[in-house]
Amino acid sequence: MLKIENLHARVEGKEILKGLSLSVNAGEVHAIMGPNGAGKSTLGNVLSGRDGYEVTAGSVTYNGIDLLALEPEVRAAAGVFLAFQYPVEIPGVNNTYFLRAAFNAQRKARGEKEFDSMQFLKLVREKLKVMQISDELLHRAVNEGFSGGEKKRNEIFQMAVLEPQLAILDETDSGLDIDALKHVADGVNALRSPDRAFLMITHYQRLLDYVVPDFVHVLADGRIVESGDKSLALKLEEHGYAGLGEGAAA
Amino acid sequence: MSQAAPLPLVASLLDMPLPASGIAWLDAARQENREAFAAGGLPDTRVEAWKYTALRALGKRSFARGDAAATSRAVAASTFALPGVDGPRLVFVNGVFRADLSALDALPEGLTLQPLSQALHGDAEPLRFVLSRHYREVDDAFVSINAASAVDGVVLRVAAGVKVIAPVQLVFVGAATHVELAWHLRNVIELGEGAELGLIEQHVSDAEPTQLATVVSDIELREGAQLHHTVLQNVAVIASLIRRSSVRLHAHAQAMLHVLELGGALVRHDLRAELVGDGARFDTRGVFMPHGRQHIDTQLAIRHQALSTTSTSTWRGVANDRARGVFRGAIVVEPGADGSDASLGNKNLLLSPSAEIDTKPELEIYADEVKAAHGATVGQLDERSLFYLRSRGIPLAEARALLTAAFCRAVLDDLPNEVLREHLSALLTAHLPA
Repeated sequence: MLKIENLHARVEGKEILKGLSLSVNAGEVHAIMGPNGAGKSTLGNVLSGRDGYEVTAGSVTYNGIDLLALEPEVRAAAGVFLAFQYPVEIPGVNNTYFLRAAFNAQRKARGEKEFDSMQFLKLVREKLKVMQISDELLHRAVNEGFSGGEKKRNEIFQMAVLEPQLAILDETDSGLDIDALKHVADGVNALRSPDRAFLMITHYQRLLDYVVPDFVHVLADGRIVESGDKSLALKLEEHGYAGLGEGAAA
Repeated sequence: MSQAAPLPLVASLLDMPLPASGIAWLDAARQENREAFAAGGLPDTRVEAWKYTALRALGKRSFARGDAAATSRAVAASTFALPGVDGPRLVFVNGVFRADLSALDALPEGLTLQPLSQALHGDAEPLRFVLSRHYREVDDAFVSINAASAVDGVVLRVAAGVKVIAPVQLVFVGAATHVELAWHLRNVIELGEGAELGLIEQHVSDAEPTQLATVVSDIELREGAQLHHTVLQNVAVIASLIRRSSVRLHAHAQAMLHVLELGGALVRHDLRAELVGDGARFDTRGVFMPHGRQHIDTQLAIRHQALSTTSTSTWRGVANDRARGVFRGAIVVEPGADGSDASLGNKNLLLSPSAEIDTKPELEIYADEVKAAHGATVGQLDERSLFYLRSRGIPLAEARALLTAAFCRAVLDDLPNEVLREHLSALLTAHLPA
């Protein structure tokens, strides 16, 4: 589904990704772990098409197409979703209105029929139930005045409604207490499916106790320096990031 | 200044013969105001209140007076229809009262609503105080020519204690003519003690009139009166419109104004309030949204003159293309207006690198125990928010429109009339750049 090859990217002239390669197949959950400054968030931002990230070499192929050539909204309609590390507050825009606009824009881009407000409300109600989120959230402005946990849950809720093929979770676990973390993890687990892949970017191992990954990769200094199964995460937990990657090809 | 040949605009406006009213004091006032306009001419940008609104181009144009066909000119009702809003209505086309388009049947008890031309035929004495005013200040130019030339307008009175809830609609339509037309209207509105009024004022165009209109309104709110006033200005982008609205609030009177400034080539609105009675309250919410080459200027001036008076002002400006927005919010808390509370905020959004908004909040306080806050900003759409929306699949243009509408929303949020709120909100959305 996703193939990243030798990706180099710069932010403000500084090279952050230095030859990152990674393959993700449908149905898989990949965890990308690494210390601060390794390039984790840059990876998420490059994949979702944020401005200010300059790709200087390498390629990203998504379902056979050049992902990097697409505008952010086109990537979204093609099924790429980024759960933000810092979800943006948008005063004055109602959460439901925003989500329906996004949902219908994606459908329109794919040549599908848009949902009217009744159809959409029905869908949202179903998703709320699955995500165990109170509908009070829907009536507020997007993320405005939300607690850290509410913002992250709102990201997962958006993901549930938009049903992406490739979900990138950028430090979705950061800043959450254990209860909030469990809620978010339950939401993610409910969305796991053979058609959907997850890329979970995280600094800590604890999220992986609740969302068990198929693969764990260590990102350091802009490259994947080690890959393995979930036991790699436990090893990191024990020994930290120091000294990792010596076994990886330079 | 009087030595030089007058500008074509000044000459053409003065070319119109003074209308004789048959009322000595009124004719004298018109003559005085006409002379003041002839002597003063147009203010230039050295006059502080006109610093950002140059009248050079307008000054070179000439306008004809009077539209002989105005009484029968066909005007589509859709020009001013507000779905779901019923109630009394007074309609003017090119400055001329149109009984056929108005709705004056079965006015509620205690409501007087008639064209000024009719009111002057009856007992003109109650209008004497307002209509005898002389305007001599240099920034009064258009008000003095209005006072000299306006033969019609609105007379609206609500008797003490009467509540007129179904909003009264005042509609000023400019309709296209073969010549460039100037017209003037003078409105006198008074709410008696404890009276209440919902009022909708619309400035709209039928087709594309390249005209100049002046509208001067005096609004008096007696003790404890309450006014909910919505102003919708959506004239054609080639029409010019210059208004002054002066509101006087007596003790514990309250006025809440919602203003939408969308249309017009050159638009100027001087909105002045005097809080002369203890405990009076004046709230304004407004949006100005020029695009293309439009120029929209709002000059808000609030004077707190009595104890414990309150004013709040929330304004948003959005300028696109090569348009220009101007906002000046001047609040004065005069000596003796102790315990007053004044707040003013004006946030502005530039959607294009060639657009410009000049904003100037001014606050002068000469009283004690005053709470006051003011602020103004000019900025662009937030890139992080735009990316957030796009990352969810919303195309760039739609994302920009959505954020711009949200930026303006604070202004309409507390409009109590839901039908009206929906309507204005839809109009705003329709004006957003696609």
